[in-house]
Amino acid sequence: MTATQERATVREPREEVPPLLRVTDLSVSYAPPRTGTSLGTGAALTGACLEVRPGEIVGIVGETGSGKTTLARATVGLVRPVAGRIEFAGRDMGALTGRALRDFRRTGQVQLVFQDPLRSLDPDLTVAELVREPLDVAGTLPRRERQERVVESLRLVGLDPDAVLDRRPRQLSGGQRQRISLARAISTRPQLLFCDEPVSALDVSNRNLVLSLLDRLRTELGLAVVIIAHDLSSLAGIADRVAVFYRSRVVEQGPIRAVLEQPAHPYTGLLTASAPSVRHEDRLRPEQLRPEPGGRAWPAHGVCVFAARCRFAHDACVEQPSSRPLDPPHESGREAACHVAGAWRDRLTNPHPDHQEEAS
Amino acid sequence: MPERVLEVRDLQVSVGDHLVAVQDVSFEIGRGESVGLVGESGSGKTLTCRAVLGLLPATGQIDHGRIVLGAGGDEVELTGARRTTWNQVRGVRLGAVFQDPASYLNPSLTVGHQLAEQLRVKRGLSKADAHRRSVELFTEVGLHDPASVFHQYPHQLSGGMLQRVLIAISISCEPELLIADEATTALDVVIQAEILELLRRLRQTHGLSLLLVTHDLAVVAETCERIMVMYGGQVVETGPTAQVLADPRHPYTRALMGVATVGTWQRRALEVIPGQPPAAGEQMPGCRFAPRCRWATDACVAGPVDLGDLGAGRAARCVRVDEALDEPVLEPAREPVREEVPA
Repeated sequence: MTATQERATVREPREEVPPLLRVTDLSVSYAPPRTGTSLGTGAALTGACLEVRPGEIVGIVGETGSGKTTLARATVGLVRPVAGRIEFAGRDMGALTGRALRDFRRTGQVQLVFQDPLRSLDPDLTVAELVREPLDVAGTLPRRERQERVVESLRLVGLDPDAVLDRRPRQLSGGQRQRISLARAISTRPQLLFCDEPVSALDVSNRNLVLSLLDRLRTELGLAVVIIAHDLSSLAGIADRVAVFYRSRVVEQGPIRAVLEQPAHPYTGLLTASAPSVRHEDRLRPEQLRPEPGGRAWPAHGVCVFAARCRFAHDACVEQPSSRPLDPPHESGREAACHVAGAWRDRLTNPHPDHQEEAS
Repeated sequence: MPERVLEVRDLQVSVGDHLVAVQDVSFEIGRGESVGLVGESGSGKTLTCRAVLGLLPATGQIDHGRIVLGAGGDEVELTGARRTTWNQVRGVRLGAVFQDPASYLNPSLTVGHQLAEQLRVKRGLSKADAHRRSVELFTEVGLHDPASVFHQYPHQLSGGMLQRVLIAISISCEPELLIADEATTALDVVIQAEILELLRRLRQTHGLSLLLVTHDLAVVAETCERIMVMYGGQVVETGPTAQVLADPRHPYTRALMGVATVGTWQRRALEVIPGQPPAAGEQMPGCRFAPRCRWATDACVAGPVDLGDLGAGRAARCVRVDEALDEPVLEPAREPVREEVPA
């Protein structure tokens, strides 16, 4: 193997490592239809596939109601899927029921971190009690070692244990509270951390602080981390891969930089074009990607989920495309659910206004 | 400068037991102008805009200063205004939209009813006229199928649609000034871009002035002509947005630029502003940013620092404002911090 090839393979997602979490064709419905029919109106997740490897950060983006949180809830066993498999560390989670499921949850191998720590942390408990609680539930650590673990977890999230142990959530700042949530989540030394919008309620500076912390924790603890977030730019700073959700489907996924720099699905294109920026660089504008007014009306079911908002929707889009791997020159490991994945760029009609001026 | 719509002079707001939370804030907004007020939570940006709206929390009060809406014959002094004055101003000459649209609407009334009510009470339209005008306004704010949206309840609409409804309500009486306090923070980026575009369009079509309050520098960069950066209850830098962002003169503005969304998709070390902002009412003799500032000197903490005029509409509250401070504003994109991920 030459040096160049060697360097190229380092960038590859570590496919030789078996995934810690493997979600295959997962469908969840909050209003389950009768057996044998389609998913019905309550479909929150349709045919979602996602793999997360140890030490990897996978970002999840998408609008409200696109199924991001449902995936998190299904992974930790809070909702039962209608179809599909969730494998965690080689075990089929769907096979776990009753006591087995409860026992698995209590081990705290998968932890969930929520958006608003003020609402997810018990206001009556002190920080010491909050961080200790998952350890008491798991019961795997001898009692006298639990306090040490609490202190260690607080240090890992960059807090001074002596200063915060006796405080209650309301006596802490927003950034500190979210770090307490993290300390609580990592106290059981989980293998997978699912963070549901962990930074949406924080200021930019604290946002970056918490995200950098997650980046550090995955290295120090070998954690696999899934982060649901809105801020694409900060996410791109730390994540390895990204999955883009739209209307209950994963419409695109792959290495984050490649996906955001060269979006293959028009919705991803719209997302990156809409992200505000302090720099005004040459990039796609949202207007270029919105459908022209008076476009055709699409039926509510069966068609591509994005058709009604897609400028490039055409006859083929009456059928929902399945997620397919992209061919080179796209980076490997990318896939998108679009009939004209990537190719829509050639159909962009109105060029950038600056370019237009130059041309005229 | 175009006709003045709002003038705020030497505003000082205190909360609780005389804790000064906003001090020495002065600015003007001209007709059709958009001004962005940026800062971290606790910087006083929301209190400033609440003072303008006369909606300070029960423990808050204006210690001194002037807030004047309009100019010439239409001038209204808002500090210490009576309830009857507020009734003629709020919702009529001053519109406002906030972060969580659902909590500003009555869940048991249709959204159309709530817009029509405003038109009937404040503008005296008949029921039929109010209905017709409501549908027009819903169309104008870009709601799809406005005639049926009129009959829907808040819970039937998405966050982005509700924000459009609130914008329709707040512009229904043709206000001179619209205050948007974190109006797009809770929305996802696609909807946020649409709402910002709507605000831009309304400014053009209605000659509406905009005071946009946000923690997101990138949103101001996309929307506002002028920017005011607040820190610890004071305005620390102000000027035309493009110039301020191209060459920030206050270290805090620089720090904010460092943590702001830059629109690159590279793996990089995420910047953090070290330390915590001062608490409301914290007594500090000198610059309030000094404890977190990498360029702070003894002169910075010796005494109060004034907002120094820099010409061309710019001003900054920094002792070392005339010195060329090192460090580029935006560091060139770094190489990926770490290529390999532990197996």
